Amino acid sequence: MIALLSRDMKLALRAGGGFGLGMVFFLILTVLVPFGIGPRPDLLAATAPGVLWLGALLACLLSLDRLLALDYEDGTLDVLATAPLPLEGALFIKGLAHWLTTGLPLVVLSPVLGVLLQLPPQGYSWVFVSLLIGTPALSMIGAFGAALTVGIKRGGLLLSLLVLPLYIPTLIFGADVARRGLAGQEVLSPVLMLAGITLGVIAVMPYAAATVLRMNLR
Amino acid sequence: MTLWEYANPVKFLRLSERVLPVLWPLAAGFLALGLIWGFFFTPDDYRQGATVKIIYLHVPAALLAINAWFMMLLGALIWLIRRHHVSALAAKAAAPVGAVMTVIALVTGALWGQPMWGTWWAWDPRLTSFLILFLFYLGYIALWQAIEDPDTAADLTSVLCLVGSVFAVLSRYAVNFWNQGLHQGASLSLDKEENVADVFYIPLLVAITGFVLLFVALVLYRTGTEIRLRRARALQLRRNRQ
Repeated sequence: MIALLSRDMKLALRAGGGFGLGMVFFLILTVLVPFGIGPRPDLLAATAPGVLWLGALLACLLSLDRLLALDYEDGTLDVLATAPLPLEGALFIKGLAHWLTTGLPLVVLSPVLGVLLQLPPQGYSWVFVSLLIGTPALSMIGAFGAALTVGIKRGGLLLSLLVLPLYIPTLIFGADVARRGLAGQEVLSPVLMLAGITLGVIAVMPYAAATVLRMNLR
Repeated sequence: MTLWEYANPVKFLRLSERVLPVLWPLAAGFLALGLIWGFFFTPDDYRQGATVKIIYLHVPAALLAINAWFMMLLGALIWLIRRHHVSALAAKAAAPVGAVMTVIALVTGALWGQPMWGTWWAWDPRLTSFLILFLFYLGYIALWQAIEDPDTAADLTSVLCLVGSVFAVLSRYAVNFWNQGLHQGASLSLDKEENVADVFYIPLLVAITGFVLLFVALVLYRTGTEIRLRRARALQLRRNRQ
């Protein structure tokens, strides 16, 4: 499992320059937002948590094609499917590698981008915490979506169509944590809900993803 | 004689060919009766005026929009567990009907909301969850169309339907948490004291019956079409091989 994790991370970090793309996309989106909604600081501050969450979500979505498609093309997935490691485990590792190379950098980057969006100081920690708790769910749901569409040529757009509705609960609670934290309200219940979604998704999604991947590899 | 007998496509087609000629006029009759009664022979509501009459389209469509998804869920489960092709095809056939019902519910709701709430759209939990349900329908239909091999398509869409159901329910409650509602509560429960007044209630029940019959007829008809399409495909494949 560790070998697979380090292999996936090495591939993501070194090959093809896919690693930085999500972060650059996140940066560009944050730069574009003030052009779209105007330079008023109060308006930007109010929308900042939601914009940061949306940006992280879209950046995550953007890199999902790469999660399985390359391994599908060169036959690695067939090897994994027949390997002693259960496919569920392999997909969990792939989701984890995706999070470590895409989700985690976005989380680290988010306070910096918060500066661009005039995010008030008390908002940083909550944006950071909510993204830290929420983005693993995005990666695991994404792994399911990637497994679902892996056999389809040019399935990128379909992947977004299938995965985005599944992101709704995570986005609702995640952005709610950030917004309430910013306003100084009670945040415990959305934090718990967000953590519950993430843990539940990590527990169940590898099985769903492995099921559909087996169907696709058949 | 069990229900599973109709998992045989031939038996299913024979049955649906016998049932459909009765079902179409029955559905049309109930619909016409319910809608005409509802639109022209019920009093105006003392506060809502004539706009109340959109209930005869809105409520049955919303009811079916949700129950069509349940039917697809059932079909997906039966396909995954017992591998009956008819069940997978019925789920496929129901999806566009359910999507259209969702659109009808959303559009009629907007038409009613403009004079009553003063807005076409509000980010109310019920409205929002219906919009999300519509997105799930779109994803499901798109996945069916994207995959060429029919068995793989049935497998993958079935799993998507299961996973989607979980997330749809999750979204429903998450949305409740997210924003307060404008939409009134359920006015048609069987166990509640207070319901819609009888003058509206009875034609509404007739309209709902009409919608349900129409849905069943459409799904049977479309499933038959899917079975025949599958047959035509098999024949073509056999001829190509020769």
